[in-house]
Amino acid sequence: METGIHELTAAYALDALEADERLAFEEHLRDCERCRDELASFLEVSSALAVAATGPEPRAELRERILAEAGSERQNVVPLQSRRPWLAPAMGVAAAVAAVVAIALGVYAFSLSGDLDDARSALDRQEQAAAVLADPSAQTVALQSGDGRLVVGDDGQAVLVLDTVDPAPAGKTYAVWIVEGAAPKPAGLFDGTTGRDVVPVDGAVTPGAVVAVTLERDGGVDVPTTQPFVASQPV
Amino acid sequence: MSYALDTVVALPAPPIPWSMRKHLAHLSDEALVALVARGDETAFAELYDRIGRVAYGLAYRVLRDDRLAEDAVQEGFLAAWRTAGAFRAERAKASTWVLTLVHRRAVDLVRREERRRAEPLDESAREAAAVERGTDEAAWLRFERERVQAALQQLPDAQREAIELAYYGGFSQAELAERLGVPLGTIKSRMFAGLARLRELLDDAEQEGSWRPEFTS
Repeated sequence: METGIHELTAAYALDALEADERLAFEEHLRDCERCRDELASFLEVSSALAVAATGPEPRAELRERILAEAGSERQNVVPLQSRRPWLAPAMGVAAAVAAVVAIALGVYAFSLSGDLDDARSALDRQEQAAAVLADPSAQTVALQSGDGRLVVGDDGQAVLVLDTVDPAPAGKTYAVWIVEGAAPKPAGLFDGTTGRDVVPVDGAVTPGAVVAVTLERDGGVDVPTTQPFVASQPV
Repeated sequence: MSYALDTVVALPAPPIPWSMRKHLAHLSDEALVALVARGDETAFAELYDRIGRVAYGLAYRVLRDDRLAEDAVQEGFLAAWRTAGAFRAERAKASTWVLTLVHRRAVDLVRREERRRAEPLDESAREAAAVERGTDEAAWLRFERERVQAALQQLPDAQREAIELAYYGGFSQAELAERLGVPLGTIKSRMFAGLARLRELLDDAEQEGSWRPEFTS
């Protein structure tokens, strides 16, 4: 019904939607100014609810942990190991669902920020990725370097989910490679965002292959010219 | 899609003397976020000092577990750190944005953990938590909490229940419909009507337009 989706603004502001409902609503948000305005004012109400929540004080260590983590992300564009082992990818359905949720958050950040054109192109790309991520039989592969995971569908369609890759510097781009045997195959370029990156891998990822990312000059290259700073475990 | 390129290869920020930190106290939350977008770690620390306590209280209320609450706060703040360049002050207050990020993480965690959430309306837990807060709690925070709780009490019971179970309990609307034994459409309507009413009540009771004073310490 027509009024149905508008009414979801409240549930969205309360985080009371399931992951798939969130995605659908975020898609609706792109085109509905009325809902964006309504959401902005409902989010002020839900943050008032946040202030009204009661709980104990945070430990001082939490502050230090967060600031140290932020500082290390700033200084090391190349993270060498997962910083959040307790969020390391679970296998199967749970991981796929979590990844879809992550996409929702990324798009959500854009819709709240008003960068709707960016959100639109990001969403198109992410919708392709979402199909792989939502596939319950998709396999989640940990990274041997880098922070994130590789999700591979039955047919070899794959998506890299990268948590802490900053935007590529001016004049540079990130290049994805499928490595099996001697010669890495080019598998797409991306610029990176300040948030989580969800990168569809162009080309089939077959068992035994490794997916890697290098920093290259704009436009990409035929063979990698730098050491990979992200590499998956063999699929 | 490239925001804040200058943050990517940012050199380590020069150490900022303590006297400069005092300076930040005069800045609005939104100005702080603008600094954070440029990789200013001191501004990020100040942002945490302003919002971290409320964020943790919220995460703890949802998750009822120290470690998980800390994870939610850390994830939410780091998301803010990474995406500050995309924040637009005309769309939302900075505190709203950060609390929304933390709340989303908390709800995702509570669902992922499949923790069966304690009854959010449990008064004894609420009182115990209030005691733990001690006496050094900022006056504005106590004032604001009382203001919001008073507004909540004015909602019809069914609306308040739906909002509290969703926001503090992390229940989805579908879970709520099942738990309360009412149609999904009814839950949606209760949330919508309840939030709209709450907005009115809070606007009426709004004092000086902001829940946070200019100076926090």
